[in-house]
Amino acid sequence: MDFAGSSTAERPLANAATTTSVKIVVAGGFGVGKTTFVGSVSEIAPLTTEAVMTSASEPLDDLSQTPGKTTTTVAMDFGRVSLDSDLLLYLFGTPGQYRFWFMWDDLVRGAIGAVVLADTRRLSDCFPSIDYFEERRLPFIVAVNRFDGMLTHAVEDVRDALTVGANVPVITCDARERLSTKQTLISLVEHAMAMRRAGTAY
Amino acid sequence: MSTSEEEVPGALVRPYAVTRGRTRPRYQFAIEALVSTTDFGSHSHQRGTPEIQTIIELCQEIRSVAEIAAHLRVPLGVARVLVGDMADDGLVRVHQPGHEDGQPDLTLLERVLSGLRRL
Repeated sequence: MDFAGSSTAERPLANAATTTSVKIVVAGGFGVGKTTFVGSVSEIAPLTTEAVMTSASEPLDDLSQTPGKTTTTVAMDFGRVSLDSDLLLYLFGTPGQYRFWFMWDDLVRGAIGAVVLADTRRLSDCFPSIDYFEERRLPFIVAVNRFDGMLTHAVEDVRDALTVGANVPVITCDARERLSTKQTLISLVEHAMAMRRAGTAY
Repeated sequence: MSTSEEEVPGALVRPYAVTRGRTRPRYQFAIEALVSTTDFGSHSHQRGTPEIQTIIELCQEIRSVAEIAAHLRVPLGVARVLVGDMADDGLVRVHQPGHEDGQPDLTLLERVLSGLRRL
């Protein structure tokens, strides 16, 4: 929630009326490094925002075992990158709890695409994200986060394990490194453009 | 870039329904939609609640709905209600993100790519 750095790192925005925002979703299992990834490139310290869900507003959610009206708070971290004087990129980490689909819809609507961060020790944590983005036809890439610089599986093994299509880029990254994060985002945008040119979704 | 009706303050559906203390916006701004304080907002003498005053201050510099929620430490839904109400009152402008219903177009993606490469 710290926003102290917000006013110093910003570039001046020439014309608020013409400024445009875009967003990229950062997904993956709990503890895979989503906030680290966002923070490595964000010009502001990653912020946290919350959505409050009640049983009344989300009747399909599986809170039925809890009697009465139940309120759950879902948190997500996000950061911001000024790409031009009139173009802002927001990076949103997905809430860790996969059952909060309603929040994902909000995140994904209008997004350029998604980076699915993968930890080779827990590859199955990626499955819900990948299923969701495939279903939503949102362009995504898989970025294997190299914890401690180690890569315990070959990239192609990861692709096989995740059963993603041959057209889906599977790359490695170091979420702590700004340059690596930047390159990962570039890979995603290039992929999104290729998909767009091909007239297909993901 | 977008020509959707949400861009025009006058076309905003009043996104406000308070039911038994719970706010549920009827219209949902994109979480990355940008908000800026209008001249009228800056000079308004009726600045309302502390939250509204904070948003007026914050959005002197353009901010997303998500940032407003984080600053105010309120849920996104509450920020949307506040921002929508303030837009109705002419205190802020809401700039829809660079896409229509679908995803950003190639021209915008090119700009994003160029911007990332310059980082």
